[in-house]
Amino acid sequence: MRALRTPVGAVGATLLAVVLLLAVLAPVLFGDRAAAVDTDQLLAGPSAEHWVGTDNLGRDLFMRVLVATRLSIVLALLATAIAVSVGLVLGSLPWLLGPRLGRPVTALVNILVAFPGLLLVLCLATVFGVGARGAVLAIGFAGAPTFARLCQTLIAGVASRDYVAAAQIAGLSRLRILLRHVLPNVAEPLVVNATIGAGGALLAFAGLSFLGLGVQAPAYDWGRLMQDGLAGIYVHPLAALAPGIAVVVAGLAFNLTGEAIAGALGVTPVVGPRAWSVPGRSARSTASAPAADTVLDVRDLAVAFPGPSAPVTPVRGVSLSLRAGEAVGIVGESGSGKSLTALAVAQLVEEPGRVTGEITFCGTDLNDGNRHDDLLGTSLAVVFQDPMTSLNPTMRVGRQLAEVSRFHQGLGWRDALARAVDRLRAVHLRDPERAAHAYPFELSGGMRQRAMIAMGLMGTPRLIIADEPTTALDVTVQKQVLTLLEDVRREHGTALLLISHDVSVIGEVCGRVLVMYAGRIVEEIAAADLRDGARHPYTRALVAAVPSMTTALDEPLTTIPGQPVDPAALPPGCAYAARCPLATDQCRSEDPALVDGVACWRAGEPLPAELEKQVRV
Amino acid sequence: MAAEAPTASRPRLGLGLGGRWTRFTVRRGGRLLVSLFVLVTAAFLMIHLVPGDPVRAALGTTAPADLVEARRHELGLDDPLLTQYLNYLGGLFRGDLGESIQTQLPVGETIGRRLGATVSLGLLAFALALLIAVPLGVAVAVATRRGRRQRTSLGFASGSVVIGSIPDFLIGVVLVAVFAVGLGWLPVAGREDGAASYVLPVLALAIGPAAVLARIVRVEMTSVLESDHVRTARAKRLPARRIHLVHALPNAVTATLTLGGMLLASMVAGTVLVENVFAWPGLGSKIVESIVTKDYPVVQGTVLVYGVIVLVVNTLVDVALTLLDPRSTIGEA
Repeated sequence: MRALRTPVGAVGATLLAVVLLLAVLAPVLFGDRAAAVDTDQLLAGPSAEHWVGTDNLGRDLFMRVLVATRLSIVLALLATAIAVSVGLVLGSLPWLLGPRLGRPVTALVNILVAFPGLLLVLCLATVFGVGARGAVLAIGFAGAPTFARLCQTLIAGVASRDYVAAAQIAGLSRLRILLRHVLPNVAEPLVVNATIGAGGALLAFAGLSFLGLGVQAPAYDWGRLMQDGLAGIYVHPLAALAPGIAVVVAGLAFNLTGEAIAGALGVTPVVGPRAWSVPGRSARSTASAPAADTVLDVRDLAVAFPGPSAPVTPVRGVSLSLRAGEAVGIVGESGSGKSLTALAVAQLVEEPGRVTGEITFCGTDLNDGNRHDDLLGTSLAVVFQDPMTSLNPTMRVGRQLAEVSRFHQGLGWRDALARAVDRLRAVHLRDPERAAHAYPFELSGGMRQRAMIAMGLMGTPRLIIADEPTTALDVTVQKQVLTLLEDVRREHGTALLLISHDVSVIGEVCGRVLVMYAGRIVEEIAAADLRDGARHPYTRALVAAVPSMTTALDEPLTTIPGQPVDPAALPPGCAYAARCPLATDQCRSEDPALVDGVACWRAGEPLPAELEKQVRV
Repeated sequence: MAAEAPTASRPRLGLGLGGRWTRFTVRRGGRLLVSLFVLVTAAFLMIHLVPGDPVRAALGTTAPADLVEARRHELGLDDPLLTQYLNYLGGLFRGDLGESIQTQLPVGETIGRRLGATVSLGLLAFALALLIAVPLGVAVAVATRRGRRQRTSLGFASGSVVIGSIPDFLIGVVLVAVFAVGLGWLPVAGREDGAASYVLPVLALAIGPAAVLARIVRVEMTSVLESDHVRTARAKRLPARRIHLVHALPNAVTATLTLGGMLLASMVAGTVLVENVFAWPGLGSKIVESIVTKDYPVVQGTVLVYGVIVLVVNTLVDVALTLLDPRSTIGEA
């Protein structure tokens, strides 16, 4: 169990083991001593003989606290079991039964949840008289609606996701979808809450017995002992506090263990000891001094994250330069570091990520340790991949746009909103007033992406960084969004840095293309030369993988063999060597620098496949 | 959205009070009425679920038969069930909650005298819990996101779990032992000393829920801070405070409020325990006393009042959720 290796998990599991062991053994081992009456020591304070003192019959309170473990734990677990099972069933029913039949169940749960456990318990105590059995049932059933409501909320959240819809369309039964797709995705919060529930049931029982409505004498649990001790609290506070401490410790045991399990179930990466040193590898840039109308100039950019032993550098030694009105594309497979390069340029890499190198934007050094919020807020626009998740779901679109002008251009809300509507019109949204007044979920994907671009146009952007702006959109909308970006660039002389895995998208929009592999630029090439002028074997493989009108339909589509390199385990030589048909020993031992726009020892040499073709011709 | 179209000639901010709200009010109001109906019916039936004769149980086996019969008649227990039910409903509409079997005082009057003490205690405690939990949870989430400040993170996690695991009545006992008995700063019990007498009960009631809520706020905020739209907000270079409070917090509020509502409801019940520790003259001490003396009409009335308080709380939570998260009404419909 990985969960138990964390400090929290270890403490929780140890406590829980002790508590459970006591629950099993204490009545057997200490039962007699806990029941032994000592008339010489009535209501005595703590002594060497009686650590916590004695009760009104002279019975040892420490022993009684230990012995009470079993009853307290068993009753709490029984109640929790009832609460969770009844809750899970009730919570799943609305979804299983569908909207029509599920509605009464939802309504019932919502009404039931109105009664806090203690209140329901008090009612039942009234009806059935007081006692342990009634209390178990009451606490269990009283806890069920809370769990049902939680399950319902969680299930509703998961059920609206795409993969559930896909499974439904695929014809899977609702029960099967629930078990296979929905419940595993809500397991984590359920486990956390069930554990907190067990702790809660323990406390509820203590409370009931404390009020005299739960466990009845001669049986005793911790709450009962607390009640007995409360009478003498001002003389002998330990008599009430000792069972109280037991309740807290046992409650903690459940909570901490649950917390640790939740942590282990989640995908939170374990951050190891941090090894910070500036990454040693960096390819020297051969680019010359920036031209006068340069909007962005990046030198030797590296991004590093702490790894288990040494820092991992998914971006290493990237240099690039954009002039006003220029469109440059960065292309590469996922994991090539292209998106991270974009984030680093936009100053959006967060700790523990470290960005090194020089980034000069509109003549300002961004890495000088100052914040450049107004410059970046108005002159740099970023368009992200998924416009659904990239807009704040709880804020009207207009206000999200207006913020930019409100905070960076000193406009009042009214003027800022007017500008937002104007900008929404500029990206050709029909009925921009209405779009401004809408929440993101009320717009289509294409409209949202236009709104994102309009957000970038609130200022006067010198540079738009678009990270896979069309990947999440359908094909017809893709074209419109690309055209829009193109229009903006022409009209305002804005530079465009377009990140995409799609060579054809890049070729359509950009003049110049940077090809990234394993965190480095391996080739820099004019878009027009992509098809026939590419020299790096990786670029050529990317281009070959794009199907065209002449691609033979009966042949399988070309793919690049092998896997992209793991940035945590870079080879000493060229990172592409393992997948490259031209690789030699030199490739495998020495990393080629970017010279004349290509980083390859065998740049431009014919590939085996091409040789074959030539032979055939 | 159709209902909003005509007004959309000028962009509007703040609360759109269009069709969405009409639908919400109708639906939520309907649910409130149904809940009230169920609650009232359950409270009515409770007295009939007591095995045997409730009046005999209340007055004891030694009470003379004619007295029992007289009380039965006064309570209307010899009428047909439906008649009793209609009489009960009629009484409720007139604000009549019945009479105590033990004291023969009107239940409504007894509750009225004690309600203020309980409600003020609960509200102050909830306000205090929120005031502690939300800023603390947000601050810790911001300070510890992405694995920063691991020690703060561990300290907060263990501290909040420990404090959240201490029952409110135990906190009450400890507070009394330290601040009332030990230091003598504050009154031990009762409500006669004005503001000073509120300090310990409110603290006892608020501390535990505050810890639990702070943990939830922290967990929710931590995940929201990693979301794409917060990255967008950072890309807009908004001030950190605005990113955290305007962009992140409302998106963390659904779970927080859902749980906060449950916590508030459980705090209403928690007053029962805390009132018994502090001899607080509220509904909580009355209901336990009435259960012990089997004064069923008083228990019935008190449960009804507690239930109504909880229903009002839940309704307010739903209204707040709808105000803060526009998707919630759509998702529900």
